Amino acid sequence: MSNGGTTSKVLSPEEVAASLESGMTLGIGGWGSRRKPMALVRAILRTPVTDLTVVSYGGPDVGLLCAAGKVRRLVTAFVTMDSVPLEPHFRNARQTGSIELTEYDEGMFMFGLYAAAHRLPFLPTPAGLGSDVMRVNPELKTVRSPYEDGRELVAVPALTMDVALVHMNRADSRGNAQYLGPDPYMDDLFAKAADRTYVSCERLVDTADFAKEGPLQSLLISRAHVAGVVETPNGAHFTDCAPDFGRDEAFQKLYAQSAADPDKWAAFQDRFLSGDEAAYQDAVRAWQEESR
Amino acid sequence: MSTLTSITRAEVCAAACADLFRGDGEIVAAAVAGFVPMLGSRLARATFEPDLLTTDGGPALSAEPVPLGRPAATAEGWLPFRDHLWLVLNGRRHVVMGPSQIDAHGNTNISCIGDWERPARQLLGVRGGPGNTLLNTTSYWVPKHSTRVFTEKVDMVSGVGWDRGAHEIRAVVSNLAVLDFGTPDRRMRLRSVHPGVRVEDVVAATGFELVVPDEVPETRLPDDEELRVMREVLDPKGLREREVPA
Repeated sequence: MSNGGTTSKVLSPEEVAASLESGMTLGIGGWGSRRKPMALVRAILRTPVTDLTVVSYGGPDVGLLCAAGKVRRLVTAFVTMDSVPLEPHFRNARQTGSIELTEYDEGMFMFGLYAAAHRLPFLPTPAGLGSDVMRVNPELKTVRSPYEDGRELVAVPALTMDVALVHMNRADSRGNAQYLGPDPYMDDLFAKAADRTYVSCERLVDTADFAKEGPLQSLLISRAHVAGVVETPNGAHFTDCAPDFGRDEAFQKLYAQSAADPDKWAAFQDRFLSGDEAAYQDAVRAWQEESR
Repeated sequence: MSTLTSITRAEVCAAACADLFRGDGEIVAAAVAGFVPMLGSRLARATFEPDLLTTDGGPALSAEPVPLGRPAATAEGWLPFRDHLWLVLNGRRHVVMGPSQIDAHGNTNISCIGDWERPARQLLGVRGGPGNTLLNTTSYWVPKHSTRVFTEKVDMVSGVGWDRGAHEIRAVVSNLAVLDFGTPDRRMRLRSVHPGVRVEDVVAATGFELVVPDEVPETRLPDDEELRVMREVLDPKGLREREVPA
């Protein structure tokens, strides 16, 4: 594959997971149950890493990491699987008090990402004022506009992170990455906010082939912000990864039902999460054929 | 009055949700709370509020109001999540959310039940509730009106009410009634009861003291054209009926 003389950044899921250290702050792109870097999350489940601070518009990425005891603190505005509104593992983690939580409004969270992505200490927004977000995050401070309006605003601190993981439709071996679906989510902001960003993708392509896949503006993430690239076909499974594939609703339902019951969860783990990514994909295919 | 077959409660609710947008003009209707308000926003656009902008449930602003569950055949705009969040600040937006708890001033909770530090039941999280309510016109849809939802106090204020600086909490549509805040101190008031519902049913299903005027009218029925648009165009599969208990 031609890479224009630039060093290839292609890694395996295991190499990415092995680069994490306990206690790190880990950002995860996507939104709810949409375009989540699930193959990389699954790889993290297979490592001894723990005590993570996870920053995510949460979905089953958060649920899986909570279930595996990897999370010390979660920074989020919600955890949902969209068509299944509530995430059982996240609920259980909260209800048993096993994780700490920083709970922001969705817009506050975005401003925290914008601040981190642009090396600002904070960005001001009115969102959050008057709500209990201010009560449960007593460290949040407000600023007053220095202009005539004198308006009070929340100073949302930069959501800095050690490592970010995002999943894109296409990438090249240099780390440039392209989304082909209808929504970029905040993935470019995660990539810029982190000290080190890893992109997983459905398919690695030659740089020259990006133009065949989508318009110039679909090149969301630049190699300047990317430390490593992983090709993980079906790697967002079971979350939505349009236009490559939609959410696997049947499998998500199985996940949700299993996650809500310890015995079923043990069986789910045994069947789907006891091997590597290739074993996961094989097990999913076998399950899909059985359920047909 | 309608000459069509009997009008369902869900259809009354959808028309009441459409009425939420009356007079809104050229703003985005973000009716994220369920099928009924989503249908209501598209019904408003298809009838008396043609300048309204509506989505197909995804990031496409549809050129025409589209049937529930269908993608926009033609998009007139693009509104990915980040632009929704910027639009919250811009203000040209009316959101309809579904509260797990709501109090007499319109403070709402979708985050968790019980103490936030260790909740008895973790729900979604605050989502965009704080910004939506502070900066945009907000209404609510409650498919099952009960004292569990209409509570004296909410456990976590994820959406601010009139007494906490809300931009405008316009109204609450439930499966029983329409409620607004048209009182001097902005306490929730019973505006109308749906046909077949008694005032005392609503009072009994509400966990705080509701302002009840001497005369409580019935919620209006959708007219023939609205029924036709709902049944034949916007919701031929009848998704609205699934959301409202019979």
